[in-house]
Order: sequence, then C-alpha cells, then structure tokens
Amino acid sequence: MPSFPRVLLGLFCLLVAVLLLAPTLVVIPMSFNGNKSLAFPPDGFSWQWYENFLTNPDWTTSFTNSLFIALIVAVVATAVGTLAAFGVTRAAARTGGLLRALLITPMVVPGVVLAIGIYAVYLDTHLVGTVTGFVLAHTMLAIPFVLIAVQASLEVFDRRLETAAGSLGANRLTVFRTVTLPLILPGVLSGALFAFITSFDEIIVALFITSPYLKTLPVQIYTSITRDADPTVAAVGTLLFFATSLIIIAGLLFGMRRGRT
Amino acid sequence: MNAPQRSAGAAIEIRKASKRYGAFTALNDIDLHIRPGEFMTLLGPSGSGKTTTLNLIAGFTDISSGTLEIGGKSVTGLPSHKRNIGVVFQHYALFPHITVGKNVAYPLALRGIKGEDRDKRVRRALDMVKMADFAHRYPNELSGGQQQRVALARALVFDPPLLLMDEPLGALDKKLREWLQLEIKRIHRELGTTFVYVTHDQEEALVLSDRIAVFNGGRIEQIGTGRELYDNPATLFVGRFIGESTVLRGTAEAAGSDTVMTVGDRKVLAHGRLAGDARPVILLRPERVALKRPGADAVAGENRLTGAVAEAIYLGSGSKYEVRLRDGTVAVVRSPLGAPDFSIGETVDVAFMPADLTLLPDDASADVTLT
Repeated sequence: MPSFPRVLLGLFCLLVAVLLLAPTLVVIPMSFNGNKSLAFPPDGFSWQWYENFLTNPDWTTSFTNSLFIALIVAVVATAVGTLAAFGVTRAAARTGGLLRALLITPMVVPGVVLAIGIYAVYLDTHLVGTVTGFVLAHTMLAIPFVLIAVQASLEVFDRRLETAAGSLGANRLTVFRTVTLPLILPGVLSGALFAFITSFDEIIVALFITSPYLKTLPVQIYTSITRDADPTVAAVGTLLFFATSLIIIAGLLFGMRRGRT
Repeated sequence: MNAPQRSAGAAIEIRKASKRYGAFTALNDIDLHIRPGEFMTLLGPSGSGKTTTLNLIAGFTDISSGTLEIGGKSVTGLPSHKRNIGVVFQHYALFPHITVGKNVAYPLALRGIKGEDRDKRVRRALDMVKMADFAHRYPNELSGGQQQRVALARALVFDPPLLLMDEPLGALDKKLREWLQLEIKRIHRELGTTFVYVTHDQEEALVLSDRIAVFNGGRIEQIGTGRELYDNPATLFVGRFIGESTVLRGTAEAAGSDTVMTVGDRKVLAHGRLAGDARPVILLRPERVALKRPGADAVAGENRLTGAVAEAIYLGSGSKYEVRLRDGTVAVVRSPLGAPDFSIGETVDVAFMPADLTLLPDDASADVTLT
C-alpha cells in the first residue's frame, strides 16, 4: 500500500498532466462535430471536416505551402546553424560567447517586434507574400534552435578524433564528412526537426507577411477561426497532434537505440 | 608473414628548431637526427618539449624557426594529412561510430585501397596486434589495452615509414604496460619502421629504445643509448632523470688534473676537472658504491664517507640501502647478494672509487621533482 504522501504526489502529477493535455484533448472530439460549430462537447458525429481539409483548396494549398516552406527552412537553417555552431564553439571563448548571444537574439526578441521590422523591410523589397520572404524570415527564427542543438553535440565531441583522422590521411573536408558529422548527427537532426517545426507552426511573422495568394497553414487556421468558426480547424489540429506525436515517439525510440550501443 | 610489409624507415633531421607560443618558448633551438628504422624515445618531464617535438614531426603544429626534414624532404608547411605518418595517441582516438575493422580500414579507404586487398591488409594488421577476433566490435566494447592495440594497427596498416607514439601506454596499468612494451618492441623489429616514442617514464625508455633524447625546459640535454645516458650523463639533469643516483655537493678545488671536493669533514677525489667555472657536483650510481664497516676493508685510492643506515630494503636479488651521510645527504646504495648485511641505525662507510663517479656541473633545474 503506497503511503499517503506518495498518493498525493501521484494525484498532483496527474493534475499537471491533465492541465497540459486538456486543450489538445478537447480539440479531438470537436473535430468529429456533426454541426458547423466549434462547440464543446460536440454535437453528433461526422468525418466531414477531415473531408473538407483534404478537398478544400484553401486548406490543401496552405498545407502544401507550409510543408514546402518548412522543408526549405529546415535545410537552410540546419546548414547555416551548424556552421554557426562550429564558429561559436571553436572561436576564442569571448568571441564565441558574444557571437552566440547575437545569434540567439531571434529567440529572445518578442515576435511582434521582429514581425514589424520584417514587414517594413519586406514592403520596400517586395518580399511580402513570397516564398522567399517566408523562407528568409523563418530561417532567421529557426537558426537559434539549430545553433543550440548542434552546439550541445559539438561540446561533447572529442576534437582529438579530428587530429587522428588527419594523421591517417584525411583532409579537413573528409574529416568532417567521415568523423565529425556522423558523431554530431543527433544534434544536427534534432536541430533540423526544431527548424522544421519552428517554420511550420509560425504565426506572428506569417500574419504580417502573408498575402491572399500565399497563406501558410497557421495563417489559414487563424483566418478560418476568426471568420467562420469552422471545425476543420479542429480536424487539422488533431492531424497535426498525431503527426507530431509520431515524430517525437520515433525520435525517442531512435535515441534509445543509439544510447544502448 | 603476419605483419604488414617491412618498410624502409624514414630518417628525420631537425635543425635549430624552435617553437614559440606568444612569449612562451616550448622548444628552444633543438637539433635531432633520427636514423632510418631507429627506435628513438623522447624522454622528459611534462612541459619539457618532447610532445611539442612530436607534434612538429606529425604536422599538428608549425615550426617557429629552424628546419625539419623527413626522409630527406623538407616538410615545412605540409599539413599532417599529407605526411603519411602513423600516429598513436595516449587517448587511443578510435572512431567510436565505426567498428574496429572499419577503424583499421579507414586510412586504406583514404588511399583508394579497396575490396579484397583492403580486407587482407586489415586482417594482417589486426593479426599483428592480436586483435583479429575483435574486427566486428565497437571501440567502446574494448578495454584500454585492446583499444590501444587497435590504434597501433590503424596507424601501421598503411605501411608508413614513420610511426609516432605519444605516451601510448600512459593510461594503462603496470602489468599491461610492461606486456605492451614488449609487443611494441617486437613489432618495431618486424617492420623496420622508424619509431619515435614520447614518454616521461625512464624505465619504459630504457626497455624500448635504441637511443633516447632527454628533454628539459625546451632543450635536449643529451642524446644517446640507455647505457650511455646511465653511465656517462652529460648533465646533472640526465643523471638524475635516468635511474637512481646520489648527488654530493661541497667546496671543490683543483688538484693538478683532478678535483678534490670537501663533503662534510671528508675529502673526495674525482678524476678530471670541469671546463669553465661551473660549480662541480659528484653523481654516484647505487651499484657503484659499496657499504663497509667503519674503517674496515680499505682499498687503496678509494673515497669513503661515513653515515648511518636510514633504510634497509631486501629485494631478493640484493639489498637497497639509504644512508644518511654526516652532511645530511641521503646516499642510495645497492648491494649484491652475498655482501654483508647492515641494519637501520648502524654506522657505515660508503666507499667508491674515483673512476666510478661522475663529475658534473651543478644545475638547479635538475632538482625539480621528477615524476
């Protein structure tokens, strides 16, 4: 029989878990609502909102836009952020610290402030409503995440392995490809994942630089919910919830497998 | 034949080489010539410049001034990956993400050696270090000694004319270290590769080397065979670093072509004189000294100093004594089997012939604690 304090602790943890999960769990039943309303608890049952998401061009285009932009952002931010992480880790301690502080400012500065700045510049340079505009802005927001993830890997990486590889005849590029990269890959991959997610669910900057011709999924969700309280939003939310859960579970399993060898 | 091909070892010629880091001089104007196929050990305390010298040869750091030739060619400015030198590190430096077999195949892959030829050479190299059964294991599944043997195979599999080793056995326990020393010696004999070995362990240097270069404070104090360094040290530092020794200090006067030193209340005669005006000291090796009862067994011409036995250790092959002389110096003496026994506290004479001592210039840097 567990002691009273243990039971209390268990109950408390359960409460916290419910609190964290509740908003998500409310969305799932709403997505099967029989009526066109965002009421909870839902009324009746239907798949129509999923059908709407998959067939309505407003939703499908915004989804593919988001996917496309997020994929490019993941690639660009990972490349730039990884190089930055090398620079920061291997520069002199003071320079490195300064650079790092500078590079993670996009994480610290309020999103709205950044969005206003970006919007003002984009108006002049005609980047509003363009894929390039989105990719540039999101890459900037994603670089700090890549930097932090890769830097964590680099700090535990034994640089003497690079010296050893050099002595065996590998030039610097080969050393990077055959020794450094494979060993910091977990950091690079989690950086890429963070970059993808940063772009995929970014809303503040997106609201400013969007146009009727180029909407991302978060913008579409926002307009849909402010205009016509459409339960398709709940269907999208449910799909995203399961997709991200799958990615995280896969990541955890992969990490556990690596941790064992 | 099990081992990789016998290769002609490379000669190394270092002239007037210095290495400076800002205001700090790690290596001060050294000259070092290493013969093809030689086993040369760079011996010295930490910070003496031995590892810096190794790093210069490997190409891990650039020379500040002077010249460095390997196999008759200047390698100044040549990056380490183009030098074709095997290097073994103290920390093994095996790639943790690939198997032992792939670690050993790594330098071959870089040289475009493929397929069966590569497999054959990997197997030969692993056979040489007796690790053939471990090809499919990952480095972190091996013990330190096993990892270092794999590292040795990896550094030799591409038949480099030169192998550098930086305290390769430093992280291993004594038993394993002694066994691997003999393995390294055997491999050196089989291959004919030039080996340059860095250590701070003088016993290890004596076991392994054809010749030893003794480093101190960024300079080479002496280069020679173990026997030369032990019997005829050129400096007090070398004399104290290699083997056990007793150092006698006192006021010295010239007596013809000889030197007479007053140690406590006795006079000690040494053949020869020091050039210049350095203060002389006398270095005694423990087995060149005999313990005698006070006043007994006098031999013509011998020096005698009186003291009390402070420590007596039975070693099986003989005995070791520490004798506190009247001037406070502790003399180390090794007696062979059959020599008379002395007990702690007993008054004894320490006797030695003038021909068996070494007269050297005093040197304060020789008194640093030696590890």
